[in-house]
This record gives sequence, C-alpha cells and structure tokens, in this order.
Amino acid sequence: MSTKVDARGLSCPQPVLMTIDEIKAGASSEIEVIVDTETSKENVSRAAQSQGWQVADVREEGDEYRIVIKKD
Amino acid sequence: MKFKNFFATRWGIVGVGLFIGVFASLLQKWGNPGNMGICVACFERDIAGALGLHRAGVVQYIRPEIIGFVIGALIAAYLFKEFRPRLGSAPIVRFILGVFAMIGALVFLGCPWRAALRLAGGDGNAILGLLGLIFGIWIGTLFLKKGYNLGRTQTTHTAAGWILPVIMVGFLAFMIAFPQIEGKDKSGILFYSLKGPGAMHATLIISLAVGLVIGFIAQRSRFCTMGAIRDFVLFRQTHLLSGFVALVIAAFVTNVIVGQFHPGFTGQAVAHTMHFWNFAGMTLAGLAFALAGGCPGRQLFLSGEGDGDAAVFVLGMIVGAGFAHNFGLASSPKGVGPYGVEAVIIGLIVCLLIGFTMRKRSKT
Repeated sequence: MSTKVDARGLSCPQPVLMTIDEIKAGASSEIEVIVDTETSKENVSRAAQSQGWQVADVREEGDEYRIVIKKD
Repeated sequence: MKFKNFFATRWGIVGVGLFIGVFASLLQKWGNPGNMGICVACFERDIAGALGLHRAGVVQYIRPEIIGFVIGALIAAYLFKEFRPRLGSAPIVRFILGVFAMIGALVFLGCPWRAALRLAGGDGNAILGLLGLIFGIWIGTLFLKKGYNLGRTQTTHTAAGWILPVIMVGFLAFMIAFPQIEGKDKSGILFYSLKGPGAMHATLIISLAVGLVIGFIAQRSRFCTMGAIRDFVLFRQTHLLSGFVALVIAAFVTNVIVGQFHPGFTGQAVAHTMHFWNFAGMTLAGLAFALAGGCPGRQLFLSGEGDGDAAVFVLGMIVGAGFAHNFGLASSPKGVGPYGVEAVIIGLIVCLLIGFTMRKRSKT
C-alpha cells in the first residue's frame, strides 16, 4: 500500500517532519512525497535514507518533484 | 536524472563552510571590523544606518557583501533552474520575526555567523552567545514538533521574486553614485561612518566579489547556521552542522596564521561581557530564526532564489536595526543599551506567542 505526503509550498523542515511522521506511522511501506523545491527534494531524500528507507524514484513534473520512497 | 549537485553532498557543504571561514577571516585583514569579516545582522544594521533609518554614527555603510549574497544566490538559482518566485506564507509574521531577530542579535552583537567568527577569533563571550542560540533554536524545535507552521507559499510572478534582488542592485547603484568622500559623513543621500565599525571595510570590489561567490555556493549547498543546529536537535542530522563547524575551524586556522587570534573575554572587538544578556539576546534571535525557517544568511540566499517571504524577513531585520538603535536597544562594548533588556523580554514573549498560536497540522 502506498500513501501520499503533500508538502508543496512548505519549506524546511516541514516536508521532512511530515515524511518522518508518515514513516513512523508505519501504515505503509511506500510513500510518495510531493515537494516543489530542489532543497526539499534533497532534504526529504536525505531524511528517508537516514531512516533506513530507499529513494526508489524521483520524477520532475513541471515545478514539482514526486519522490517515491520505499522501506528497505 | 540530472547530474548530482556536488554542493549538496557532505564534502560540498564542508567546502562551503571552509570557504566562508577563510574569506571571513581574510576580509577582517582586508579592512572589515574585528571578528566581523561577515556578520549578516551587523551588516544589515550598517545598511540601515547608511540609509538613515537610524542615526548611530559609527555604524553607517552599505555593505557590498550583503548585496553579493543576494545576487550570487540569484545567479546560481537561474543557472541551475532553481529560481522559484513564491510568497504568501504569513509575511507579516516573518516581518515581526525579522525585527526581533535583529534586536536579539544586536543585544549580543552579532548573528550566528559572527558568533562563530568571534569564537574563532578567541572571543570567549561568543560561547554564551552560541549557547543562547542553541537554546533558542531548541525552543523553536519544540514548537515545530507541536505542529508550528506558517502555512504554504504560493507561486507568484517572476517580477515579484525579483524585488529584493532589485533593491540590492539599487543599493549598489547608490554606492556608485554617492561614494564615500574623505572626512565627510554624508555623500548625496547616503550616510557614512568616520569612525567605529562602520568606517572599517574592505574595498567595494573585494567585498562584493567575496559576497557574490558566497551567495552562489551557499545557494547551491543550502548553507544555514540555524538549520545546522535545528536539524541536529530534531533529527540528529549532521549535514548542515558539518558546514557550520568547518566555518569555525577554517576561520580559527586562518586567524592564527594571520595573527588575528586573541583569546579572552575582555577587550574583544565590538563585544561586551554581560554574559546573561549575551545568552538571552541570542536565545531571542535563535528562536526567531527557527520560527522563520532560516538564519539571516539563509534568508538572503532564499530571497535570491525568489522567496518573497524570506525577503520580507530581511526587510524586517533592516527595520528592526532602525528600532534597535533609535530606541537604545542595541548593545555597545560598554554593555546592553538602556532599553535592551526590556526589548529582549518583549521579543521573547512575542516569539513564544507566535509559536503557541500558529500551529496547524497540515494534513496530507
């Protein structure tokens, strides 16, 4: 099952906090995080890896990034 | 996939910290005030003075480093397609946070960058300031954990994202149109200092060039001194922290080599020894930076990449500097100003109220 985190328009550390909250909620093994700055993309990817998750895919759509992270 | 951003790696951020540390120390050798090679708060305060927003005669100079930070970040953002004009995340709150961040920083006499440079120059009072900064940011992280959030930004017009960069170009134009005249404290519309820190500066070209390079690499690396401490407290992440530590080490080594390391508490350049207020001033500043999402340097770099809310924070800091000197809130080497203590207390109350009342769990 996959869940979504919409962090568009939010600046650090909010996207990271939201992603980690979702990881800790433990509801799914795949999370899609939507952000709209390169900085948030880097921060979310870095945070996911530090939680032992893998960045499975990063897609750029217009001004947005969709980051798919998966539990190892 | 695009090629990886080197500056976003561990070595990237460390390299940026080293560069800033070495060149901040060298800027002091080249003319900037003691332990103030770069101080975002002090330099914005000097800009406020040059524009006559306060009339403290010893701190009046348009600092080209600040202009360089914004324009360097703008160039980097355009080159790497990261210019994203955006605004609308509670701008008035950010303005007020900027005002009190400046007041807190001027009670200590420095922003986090200068706190690091003061430490690297041997000023023991910086330890109190840094502890206050950590304490203030720690309070901020408690609010963040409780859902403190100023809301989402919206995409805006490109021209709106250009406003602060254009203001900075305007400041540079003022400097060129109204250059300092030997022995005169005024040139056209600009005020200049004849003595004190405002009279101490490297040449315009050097200051601007160093500022541009730092603006460029700091935008690429997201260098942030507040984020360094915040991310460590919140997530035990050391990425940004390694850049901040690199800055201190590089400035220390450079200071030792060029003979600028003078350990002690008394007689330090542009500093006072009222330990509690050094701590409390930076607690206020740290809390305000944490609630606003960036140290004063980072706010300039964000402004350069089109973040209008960061630009409002910058303007808040410049206006705050006006209040700080007009109302006698800013410290001097003699100690805190006549109303500095009251201002810190009011600032802390305001920031705590902002933290307590502006919570929102943004649902996914």
